[in-house]
Amino acid sequence: MASQLVEKYMRTEHLPHIWCPGCGNGVIMHAVVRAIDKLELDKNKVCIVSGIGCSSRAAGYLDFNTIHTTHGRALAFATGIKLAKPELEVVVIAGDGDIAAIGGNHLIHAARRNVGMTVVVINNNIYGMTGGQYSPATPAGEFGTTAPYGNIDRPFDIAALAAGAGASFTARGTVYNPAQITSCIQKGILHKGFSLIECISVCPVYYGRKNKKGSVIDMIKWQRDNSIPVEKAGKLPPEELKGKIVTGVLSQATYPEYTEEYAKIIEKVSGGINYEQA
Amino acid sequence: MSRLVLMQGNEACVEGAIACGMRFFAGYPITPSTEIAEYCALRLPMVKGHFIQMEDEIASMAAVIGASVAGVKSMTATSGPGFSLKQENIGYASAAEIPCVIVNAQRSGPSTGLPTSPSQGDVMQSRWGTHGDHPIIVLSPSSVSETYTLIIRAFNLSEKYRTPVIFLMDEMVGHLREGIEIPEHIEIVNRKVIKGGQSQHMPYRIPDGECAPVFAPFGEGDRYNITGLIHDESGFPTNSHIEANRMITRLMRKIEDNVDDIVATEERYTEDADIAVLCYGGTTRSVLEAIDEARSKGIRVGMFRPITLWPFPEKELFKLSGKIKKLIVAEHNYGQIVLEAERVVKNNCSLKFTGKVDGTLISPAEILRAIEED
Amino acid sequence: MVKLVIVMKTLKTIDKWCKGCGICVEFCPKNVLGLIDDKVTVQNKEECIFCGQCELRCPDYAIFAEENNYEQAGFNARQ
Repeated sequence: MASQLVEKYMRTEHLPHIWCPGCGNGVIMHAVVRAIDKLELDKNKVCIVSGIGCSSRAAGYLDFNTIHTTHGRALAFATGIKLAKPELEVVVIAGDGDIAAIGGNHLIHAARRNVGMTVVVINNNIYGMTGGQYSPATPAGEFGTTAPYGNIDRPFDIAALAAGAGASFTARGTVYNPAQITSCIQKGILHKGFSLIECISVCPVYYGRKNKKGSVIDMIKWQRDNSIPVEKAGKLPPEELKGKIVTGVLSQATYPEYTEEYAKIIEKVSGGINYEQA
Repeated sequence: MSRLVLMQGNEACVEGAIACGMRFFAGYPITPSTEIAEYCALRLPMVKGHFIQMEDEIASMAAVIGASVAGVKSMTATSGPGFSLKQENIGYASAAEIPCVIVNAQRSGPSTGLPTSPSQGDVMQSRWGTHGDHPIIVLSPSSVSETYTLIIRAFNLSEKYRTPVIFLMDEMVGHLREGIEIPEHIEIVNRKVIKGGQSQHMPYRIPDGECAPVFAPFGEGDRYNITGLIHDESGFPTNSHIEANRMITRLMRKIEDNVDDIVATEERYTEDADIAVLCYGGTTRSVLEAIDEARSKGIRVGMFRPITLWPFPEKELFKLSGKIKKLIVAEHNYGQIVLEAERVVKNNCSLKFTGKVDGTLISPAEILRAIEED
Repeated sequence: MVKLVIVMKTLKTIDKWCKGCGICVEFCPKNVLGLIDDKVTVQNKEECIFCGQCELRCPDYAIFAEENNYEQAGFNARQ
């Protein structure tokens, strides 16, 4: 028997999961169910949608309506689900490569549309499933199997990208502080519209080793020592924020939610109008 | 009483789909299928359905699968390049057994090709466009009126067999306007589902007497997993070679074992024919005119039309090939379905191909020439 | 009549799920945990303050505090 929380929300017959020792995916998946538990959501109404990659395997372990889709397309599948049945609570779990590279177009457009869904991005700065290629979140100068001489790409700030595209809620946390991730996910789910929580994870095997980051414990301690709460970050000059992880709720705004706006159209044109006259 | 209305093929596609319960459409503008999206945008909210214009073709296909997973009959429409982009997710729907209908109003290719010109160049892609062995059903209408009724059949087959159905239109039929009779009664097949919470987490276990899974849509209490990975009856991924073989074999046989239910063909004037012309889609119209002409000259020629292109109507064509001397395959491409015809008729009769890749219609005169030549 | 509820907390580990990453050992504020043969073990049970850090941080759900509530019947305020 596992903990009550794990027994209640995970398909324990499929555990232990496939992730490497120390991988942050398990911690973040735990935070997702803790947030759902705290909000007392109906398990039958929660959908977990994921793409392809290490983190996307989370869907299979969770005891909700779960769908493990194609690489990069989780947000587009999720949009269809939410629009077809707006009463469902849609949570997307995606990695940095999945959501910001192959799925980058879907990310900016889902954010722009403000479809009610919560996106948990597990950012481990690397493509893990394929063995350590640089991702759009790999910092410049770092290494991957496809960046043997150092990465010359500039990385995305995924939360800022989403906010720039019109996401109405963005937040960031680290696996060093799972309680903060839980609280951000809770707020994201409660927020009406598109919310994105960037979870800074650790990949000790592919990213860590390749970049001589030490053990997983060293990597988590680095997160502890380099995180700055957003409230404090606001008072610091930009040079002091370089290379730091700003955590907490980064942005929040109220925009019309897509399915509600569509419901208004339905309300207006359904029933009364004969289409032949339209 | 049936109603007589004037409609474009693309509009008939939407009206037929709505008539049989399609309530979700996701698409992206592309010629010559755009009117389908435009018409869905207008019509769907009137019947409490949803239309969404996605950011690209890939996303449209994904959203359609998502909506179907939530239990809503869903459709997308595209042409040429857009059809190529949708392929990966069509394979997903095939593997995960999610019903959906993909309309492809074919245009001249390859690549951007001749965007506004007709073609039937996607016949092979409609069968094998996505990677890996997979089941698929492809239907092709040849008139506006048939577009209306056949799109309903496309949904019925998709729901029954839980597989994507490609509705392979072409620019000719899509942009054609003609008077059609809206039938008063239509047969509607909805997907079979067991009540939420009763699958015991074995969504892909096929109950006795069923040809496809019967899991309930998302949100109704079953809480199963869907994946494009090879999965077992629980819907959870597996690396087992035994399970992989079992899953793919079952998917393929789902269609193979039911070809008689799925395959539809039309034959005209074949009772006494020495020659038959095999055609489908918009080309049929030129063929019928050529046949009239030939018959008036005393040539005994008939028409064989696969309405179901895939699975290919082998049995029906084989039977006909034993009765005729010559089969002419007329299609608007460099030769695609002719390969299937060759495989089927073997040496039963001689076989001739007439095709076209210049973006103009195959004219009745060209077909008549093929009929008259040796 | 007052009901007395005794809450018993026990630290549980699941060997089969533990991958031996050592995160719980490192971040335990009371040095309660250790690794033996790459599996987490509770070494100083008495020191545990049930802060829950190990459970929060464990990527494999291999350590958690189990709560058992015992109700003592027939207890009243005077006793």
